[in-house]
Amino acid sequence: MRRSLLFIPGNNPGMLMGADMHGADAVIFDLEDAVAPTEKDAARILVRNAMRAMPDLGVEVVVRVNPLATDFFIQDIQTMVPLHPKLIMPTKVASAEDVAHISAAVAAAEQANGMPEGSIGLLPLLETAQGIENAFAIADCDLRVKGLLLGAEDLSSDLQAIRSKQGAEILYARGRIVMAARAAGVEVYDTPFTDVNDAEGMAEDARLARALGFSGKAVISPRHVEAVNAAFTPTEDEIIYAREVMLAIAEAQQQGRGAISLRGKMVDKPIVDRAQRVLATAKQLGLEGSDL
Amino acid sequence: MKVVKTASAGTLESNDVLVTVEPGEGIKLDIESVVYQQFGQAIRATVMDTLAALDVTDATLHLNDRGALDCTIAARVETAARRAGEGV
Repeated sequence: MRRSLLFIPGNNPGMLMGADMHGADAVIFDLEDAVAPTEKDAARILVRNAMRAMPDLGVEVVVRVNPLATDFFIQDIQTMVPLHPKLIMPTKVASAEDVAHISAAVAAAEQANGMPEGSIGLLPLLETAQGIENAFAIADCDLRVKGLLLGAEDLSSDLQAIRSKQGAEILYARGRIVMAARAAGVEVYDTPFTDVNDAEGMAEDARLARALGFSGKAVISPRHVEAVNAAFTPTEDEIIYAREVMLAIAEAQQQGRGAISLRGKMVDKPIVDRAQRVLATAKQLGLEGSDL
Repeated sequence: MKVVKTASAGTLESNDVLVTVEPGEGIKLDIESVVYQQFGQAIRATVMDTLAALDVTDATLHLNDRGALDCTIAARVETAARRAGEGV
């Protein structure tokens, strides 16, 4: 489960060494936008050494690599794959053809290091109009793809839209990427909220992301982790209702009844599915009341 | 690897180290560190191990350490040496 994915600048030793201290479910060691072009070599070597020094970080590690179209891409892949990150995040992915090229580069690095093919998953970052329009093909074209991440800042620029906190300009993209990922059976993560000092705006944005169907949300500041984790954690009321649903269903089955109602509303398969998801998430998080 | 020019890597921020590598005869180290009393020898050993792994036998290094861990020191030395060198 990845409720929160915290970006860590790849050339910042202090943040890299403290990556596991902020409560995020995953950390993204960033070799791309957080690193100046003149420091790409330094960041790559520093992240490599940090990952070697902390093999059991206690938090899932994702590495964001530079775009396929740059000279940095292949060096990033060849350096990072042997370190066994859980996922590699390729950037500016625009098509299934991009995924094929990226997957082949990862496969070559796995083979060169004696690793089973498919060891490393991909979490493509979709941040162009083309990428959003091709979201399903990107999600569905390769078994390595484990999820999609929306990148709204670059996307807004590509759309020639005005970026806002409310996010009307990315509503279509959010719906499209969730639809594509769910149709392909992979996870889907929302774009970061970029105003570090707006705690209420952050919490509201995270709640919206969950309501839209995202699995979690990327964050650019450790200060945002708690709010994102809270938004993607089932509430006590949700857990209680989910338990009631499951008990009501069990009772109805024992009595040979088909349709049932609970709290004045009909309980059908989608309600049961949602209740099961809530309880499974709650159980994964060790929350009270998740066991039936 | 042969060091052929002067190059630097790292920063003066906390937990980092600024390393400058320049051409020289034999290995000469100049280490300034906020934790030199406690970790000076360990820093020296990390630098020497890193240079040996890169096959650097002639270079002068200046380190201004702000409490960097071993893996950071090794990364900055390697980056500076690669930027200064040819043959790797």
